[in-house]
Amino acid sequence: MSATDPTALTAAAAVAAIEDGTLCAGELFEAYRAAAAADEHNAYLWVADGAPEHDATGTPLAGVPVAIKDLFCTAGVPSQAGSKILEGYRPPYTATVVQRLAAAGAPLLGKTNQDEFAMGSSNENSAYGPVLNPWDRTRVPGGSSGGSAAAVAAGCAPWALGTDTGGSIRQPAALCGIVGLKPTYGAVSRYGMIAFASSLDQAGPLTRDVGDAALLLRHMVGHDRRDSTSIGFPGEIGVPSAQRLDGIRLGVPEELSGEGIEPGVLAAFHAVLELAEELGANVQTCRLPHAPHALSAYYVLAPAEASSNLARYDGVRYGARSEDGGDLVEMYTRTRSEGFGAEVKRRIMLGTYALSSGYYDAYYGRAQRVRTKIADDFHAAFERFDFVVTPTAPTVAFELGAKTADPLSMYLNDYCTVPMSLAGIPAISIPSGLSDGLPAGFQLAGPAFSENRILNAAFALEQAIAFDPTPARSGTR
Amino acid sequence: MTDYEPVIGLEIHVQLATATKMFCGCALSFGEPPNTRTCPVCLGLPGTLPLPNERAIHYGLMIGLALGSELAPRSIFHRKNYFYPDLPKGYQISQYDEPLCNGGRLGDVRIHRVHLEEDAAKLVHAGASGRIHGSDSSVVDFNRGGTPLAEIVTEPDVRSAAQAREWLTLLRTTLRSLGVSDVNMEEGSLRCDANISIRPIGSEGLGTKTELKNMNSFRFIERGIHAEVARQEALLHAGEQVVQETLHFDPRTEAITSLRSKEQAHDYRYFPEPDLVPVAITPQMLDKARADMPELPAAREQRLQALGITAANARQLAWRTELGDYFEAALASGAADAQALANWICNELVARVGEEDPGASKVAPGELAKLVALVGEKAVTVSNAKVVLDRMLAGAGDPAAIVAAEGLGSLDGGDDELEPIVEAALAANAGAAEKIRGGNMKAIGAIIGHVMRETKGRADGAEVTRIVREKLGA
Repeated sequence: MSATDPTALTAAAAVAAIEDGTLCAGELFEAYRAAAAADEHNAYLWVADGAPEHDATGTPLAGVPVAIKDLFCTAGVPSQAGSKILEGYRPPYTATVVQRLAAAGAPLLGKTNQDEFAMGSSNENSAYGPVLNPWDRTRVPGGSSGGSAAAVAAGCAPWALGTDTGGSIRQPAALCGIVGLKPTYGAVSRYGMIAFASSLDQAGPLTRDVGDAALLLRHMVGHDRRDSTSIGFPGEIGVPSAQRLDGIRLGVPEELSGEGIEPGVLAAFHAVLELAEELGANVQTCRLPHAPHALSAYYVLAPAEASSNLARYDGVRYGARSEDGGDLVEMYTRTRSEGFGAEVKRRIMLGTYALSSGYYDAYYGRAQRVRTKIADDFHAAFERFDFVVTPTAPTVAFELGAKTADPLSMYLNDYCTVPMSLAGIPAISIPSGLSDGLPAGFQLAGPAFSENRILNAAFALEQAIAFDPTPARSGTR
Repeated sequence: MTDYEPVIGLEIHVQLATATKMFCGCALSFGEPPNTRTCPVCLGLPGTLPLPNERAIHYGLMIGLALGSELAPRSIFHRKNYFYPDLPKGYQISQYDEPLCNGGRLGDVRIHRVHLEEDAAKLVHAGASGRIHGSDSSVVDFNRGGTPLAEIVTEPDVRSAAQAREWLTLLRTTLRSLGVSDVNMEEGSLRCDANISIRPIGSEGLGTKTELKNMNSFRFIERGIHAEVARQEALLHAGEQVVQETLHFDPRTEAITSLRSKEQAHDYRYFPEPDLVPVAITPQMLDKARADMPELPAAREQRLQALGITAANARQLAWRTELGDYFEAALASGAADAQALANWICNELVARVGEEDPGASKVAPGELAKLVALVGEKAVTVSNAKVVLDRMLAGAGDPAAIVAAEGLGSLDGGDDELEPIVEAALAANAGAAEKIRGGNMKAIGAIIGHVMRETKGRADGAEVTRIVREKLGA
């Protein structure tokens, strides 16, 4: 990578360079467009033809383009949620958050690959083929926002939008050695995001560093009257600048930092905790007694909502319809049998069962009560601690195909990220270091709407960790 | 043989007359070309989210107030999941265990609940069957999809088909006076299902019920319930069982056919709609709903009775809002007495306009009041006034002018004018005169008829009777 390669800059640095006049937004777009078109990780499902016509001069993001996960609706541009059932689907409207970013001066660079309907932790559930990890192309990038994570890690995008339902931003960020943030539920509009599980889905940034995450998030948050669950953000997302963590109390939950975590990942996690103490933080063990039940509750609630959210893909109005004729029920059955992948079908069946008459209280009702308990656990923890910290994922990137035959081991990828999703609270993943040459993630979670504090703490840690992301970019260009 | 009584509960779907749909900004459709009143939200496109219509919630609260329901401070929307081409999301957003309104009463029927939901789209089936099964093809018009509905569910308090019809009339009038719906059954803005069971008279238990779906006129509802009750009675008398099922009544053939049995019943997998936050009813929303409440039919009925109007007339005027409005406009002109006006409207006018709104006829309320006043002053006889009313309905205008132009005014010459005519009538009907003398007053009809023919109805029948009695000493 040459010193003059504009794609070497972080997004914030690119904005500054464009404002200084040392970089032209059109050139930057073209450099990324070419990189995206030449991407060898299957990270993109669609790449823009050329730079947008309108001038981004004077806008806060100055024309620095953004890669968007496939499931965000983009008018006239394929938005397939990684599914065959939406093959060729071009929506007539654009998701609110994509509109916001465009208005702030971040045009659409391309649509990134993902697990089908955001269901997966390895990107192997995409109908359009798996995404490869830029650190090792025999390994998965994580999921479901695997295309977004790989594109950013490989330098094929300055930054990207992903969505997180149970860890789908944080886990691929960890496995690809980048930064991923899941905002507080309600901070970012869900309007135009093709839904997986409505009460959990939240859009967030995947970026090269913490500063970029703050900058992108700043232009994503805000109340949207078209999303009645949207709350907006009190105040503004600022520029993180903390150098120290003096007096910051970090809680390390016993339940999420021991058993089941790979030794190398755990070592990187403890190394970061030591750095945190050197920066002045107070690190102590805490309890989240119900966290071990989070995954079970999640795999009732998310499939239940998904079974209903995905009912609209029936072949009647848009997307794929089975070519074979037959009556209405046959058309439904064939369209959905042919259109959905195995994991999506598995979750539709799980969710349908959980909502069935006679089982509702035992499954959905009980899972909702567990969800409340988990939120209460965090509430109690945040009375004693500023943040709860855990390894983001229990392992580093695993080999393609390693877990496809065993859904339960795949689900365990989200063991440390799902509790925050159920509680609706914000959490960031930053690279903690390498284990066997592959990146591991450090997760930092705070109370609702504590994004500014989270970003500041993550920024201080990031400076201290000084993670080197270049191995992921070397093979790309 | 055991005698049975029907136990009937009603479920009424009311399309609310809001400007826009329940969960999006599309205008409601009134027969526009198919699929021209749609947007990504009501088409259920991927990524779209519902936004509740505040006006629909306001109307729901008004209905709750009118029915004396308890208004829930917090209610939630649920998803009712099932696959059908008229349901673009694969679920209907409805309410389940926390509806907007609980309990209440209208007339002699208790209300179970009132909740809000969205209407389905309209399916049109090509081919002979007219149903989706066996049709050559089916097309969907999403204009109606997402129209706000209030579903009103009664307790099983109705005991006959006739009572169902009468009560639904009261409900329709109540909803119409609230202004929350067009309540037009033919156009589907008011639809009714009936849950029907029968039980031995005197028994307190409930028999197995069947559900009679989607009857689209009050007459069909009455006939449908009647037919279903008869069917159930015949089953029980024959020693058979009523099976719980959903039924369709064909008003053409009076046939009742099964749509699905309990075993085939949908499992709707209700769960709280995660795309919507709970509806919190604020004191301000309640105040606004109360402020918008009009006088309701039951209250109007009482007020009209207090004016000295007979109970039957007061109910008729109160339960047909447009008749009541017409009456009050006529009364406000100050020209005529309340009971006389009520009589003329409920009998003569209704006989002539039928189900139409008299306010839309060519007889302005004030003009009718003038006519009734002319009758009161004996300036025109009742029978000639009916003729004048016919002329007015045809557009002839002012009643006094019609009376003058057509010479329909009462004889005003007193006994001097009337006596010779009565004498002539007695002479011409000697037989009748003889009978009257003998005490048979029924025979006077022939005399009066003669006088009326001679005077073209301008004579006062009571006056004629008096003179006849004087002449014959009867």
